[in-house]
Amino acid sequence: MHHLTRSAPRRTIALAALTTLAAAGSLAACSSSDSPGTGASGGSDDTYTWWDPYPQHDESSDWTKRVQACGEEAGVTIERTAYDTTALTNQALLSAQEGTSPDVILLDNPAVSTLADTGMLTTVDEFGLDTSAIDQNLLDAGVVDGAAYGIPIGANTLSLYYNADVLKDAGVDPASVTDWDSLTAALKKVTDAGHKGITFAGIGTEEGSFQFLPWFWGSGADLTDLDSPEAVEALELWKGWLDEGYAPNSVIQNSQNTTWEEFLTGDFGFVENGTWQVNSAAEADFETGIVQLPAKDGGVAPAPTGGEFIVAPVQQDTERYETTRQIVECMTTPEGFVETANTFAYYIPPTADGQQALLDEKPELEPWVEAVQNAKGRTSDGLGTDYPIISEALWTAVQNALSGSATPADALKAAQADAESGTN
Amino acid sequence: MTTTPTAVGTHGAPRGAAGIRPAAPTGRRRRGPSASQWAAVGFAAPLLVYLVLFYAYPLWRNVDLSLHDYTIRAFVQGNAEFVGFENYAEVFASSTFPTALTNTVLFTVGSIVFQFAIGLALAVFFRSSFRLSGALRAMFLVPWLLPLIVSASTWAWMLNSDNGIVNSVLGAFGAEQINWLTSPDTALLSVTIANIWLGIPFNLVILYSGLQNIPGDVYEAASLDGAGAWRQFWSITFPLLRPVSLITILLGLIYTLKVVDVIWIMTTGGPGDASTTFAVWSYREAFGTGQPDFSPAAAVGNVLILVALVFGFLHLQLQRRQEDS
Repeated sequence: MHHLTRSAPRRTIALAALTTLAAAGSLAACSSSDSPGTGASGGSDDTYTWWDPYPQHDESSDWTKRVQACGEEAGVTIERTAYDTTALTNQALLSAQEGTSPDVILLDNPAVSTLADTGMLTTVDEFGLDTSAIDQNLLDAGVVDGAAYGIPIGANTLSLYYNADVLKDAGVDPASVTDWDSLTAALKKVTDAGHKGITFAGIGTEEGSFQFLPWFWGSGADLTDLDSPEAVEALELWKGWLDEGYAPNSVIQNSQNTTWEEFLTGDFGFVENGTWQVNSAAEADFETGIVQLPAKDGGVAPAPTGGEFIVAPVQQDTERYETTRQIVECMTTPEGFVETANTFAYYIPPTADGQQALLDEKPELEPWVEAVQNAKGRTSDGLGTDYPIISEALWTAVQNALSGSATPADALKAAQADAESGTN
Repeated sequence: MTTTPTAVGTHGAPRGAAGIRPAAPTGRRRRGPSASQWAAVGFAAPLLVYLVLFYAYPLWRNVDLSLHDYTIRAFVQGNAEFVGFENYAEVFASSTFPTALTNTVLFTVGSIVFQFAIGLALAVFFRSSFRLSGALRAMFLVPWLLPLIVSASTWAWMLNSDNGIVNSVLGAFGAEQINWLTSPDTALLSVTIANIWLGIPFNLVILYSGLQNIPGDVYEAASLDGAGAWRQFWSITFPLLRPVSLITILLGLIYTLKVVDVIWIMTTGGPGDASTTFAVWSYREAFGTGQPDFSPAAAVGNVLILVALVFGFLHLQLQRRQEDS
């Protein structure tokens, strides 16, 4: 008995500690991301560090050679590290916190304003870079309070791919799809002919907002007013397609990759997807084509721009900027843009010269150049760092409406309230 | 058990501190700590350093994050404003809180009850060795061996509304399409089912090893007394297995409370908030959006740690009462 009474409290403490630590260990891993950086630091005098989100391109790839060539031109060696897109933003934040930022980052465009807000990026004016040739609609995604914090190295966007075989079978002429009504009519014909109408990604992440925005903007709605009648109409359009069976219920959990795989099965008439699938579409077992995403009353709806910006983080040693500028300029000449476009197969150059040069080589990309010219940055209109908050509210509303837990109007009303409380 | 090293560690700490300023129990000669005490501290030191670095510091950092307003800018510049319990107030007032609370309770209780019941049934089943029982038992461990991303993706694919195998089987019997993952009514149920499947091997293994410790002659005596299988289970297996059961359930509770991956891969906590638990909510705040909100994420995480702690104490209280009686 003596042993028991003595040991009980001790075991209480020990087990309680174990419980806490087990829980803490796992949760802290979630919420505290200040593990030490992975050793990437501002390089030495003749080594410049470069981060990009293209882990699919390894040491021996054309892309790496291209980066090295730009380094050699500036007389330095470039040490390139590739992360996936989300990890890159987190790594960039950590390195800035520790004062070890790389010299150059290729950054996903909606993250530019977020990082710029921390004060860790230099402006293009500080660098003396000329951005006058860059399409304003693309440059805007990296503009915060009137200052540009980076240069797009290329852009991609969304469009509406169609399966020509399915459309022919259903007697639909793709050219007839010019506004929402004609699209819905086409979907009805395709479904009546025994095929599936359209698939898109309504997943509860940034991809969901990315895919919804062409309809949202195409209806005339504005991201600062999520519950406007126009916004409700856009969401009702999607909801209507689900209710009528024109779109499968699984779009609620679909990512863009999943929708593309669904489309490749050959069952679907249409899919909303991006420039990056151009090659895959060409290799499909059936004939494909694209039509521009229609706005509600006709015309091309603005789709959100995707693609990376080249940015230069602040360095303690400002002497490095001169060489960094040469590297950035090497990447952003018209020839450089075309080379990037060809390396990635899906990047439309952000300048008129670059676009023309690309079209001379590949005239079939014409519709995509048009789509990019009509596209709009998600962080544009001065939204900047408010965009991620608004976007979360928006994709939540899309999820709630499509799954039937709220009507489109109620879901968007709640979203607007969330966005307002989050951005203040 | 794993508790032993922790007991040494946590107990070493105050003793080490007492060594600097000699005090209380051993201080009869007032000549500072003896050589053997120094040696004890020395042996405990690596463990202490490990615990501080990998447990105490992250835990402290988590609390620190939750008490400051860490915007991204503040995160980089290191000048987050101290806001006290404001983050917690925000979390509790959030419209997600009641949903997350209900979901966490349903998910955890549902998972544990079924994992434990099925794990125990299988353990008892495998106790009577029969041909191929070893191979069969090994097969039940498969969920444990598969990478989570694989099993969760497979579940998501099986439960797909339009092309999933579950719906096509149900459809063959004339059932209507069930939107397992995309309807707010069934999303939580679906992820719970997947999590139960994942947790069965853990319960099976621990309970099975617990069963090995029950002496066979007890059963022999029982059967001589005319007790049937059912009676043997309730009068021998279940009571004798109680200590093992309690630790299984406690560990299961902690493992289940912290589940993010399965839910995130299958539904990302959606549609809307329909399958959002505290752990998923915390993850989403920190990493699920374009704008990391570390402070509210840490606050949610700390609430979860407190919940785990409360259950830990409750469990120990029960166990102590049992030992005393």
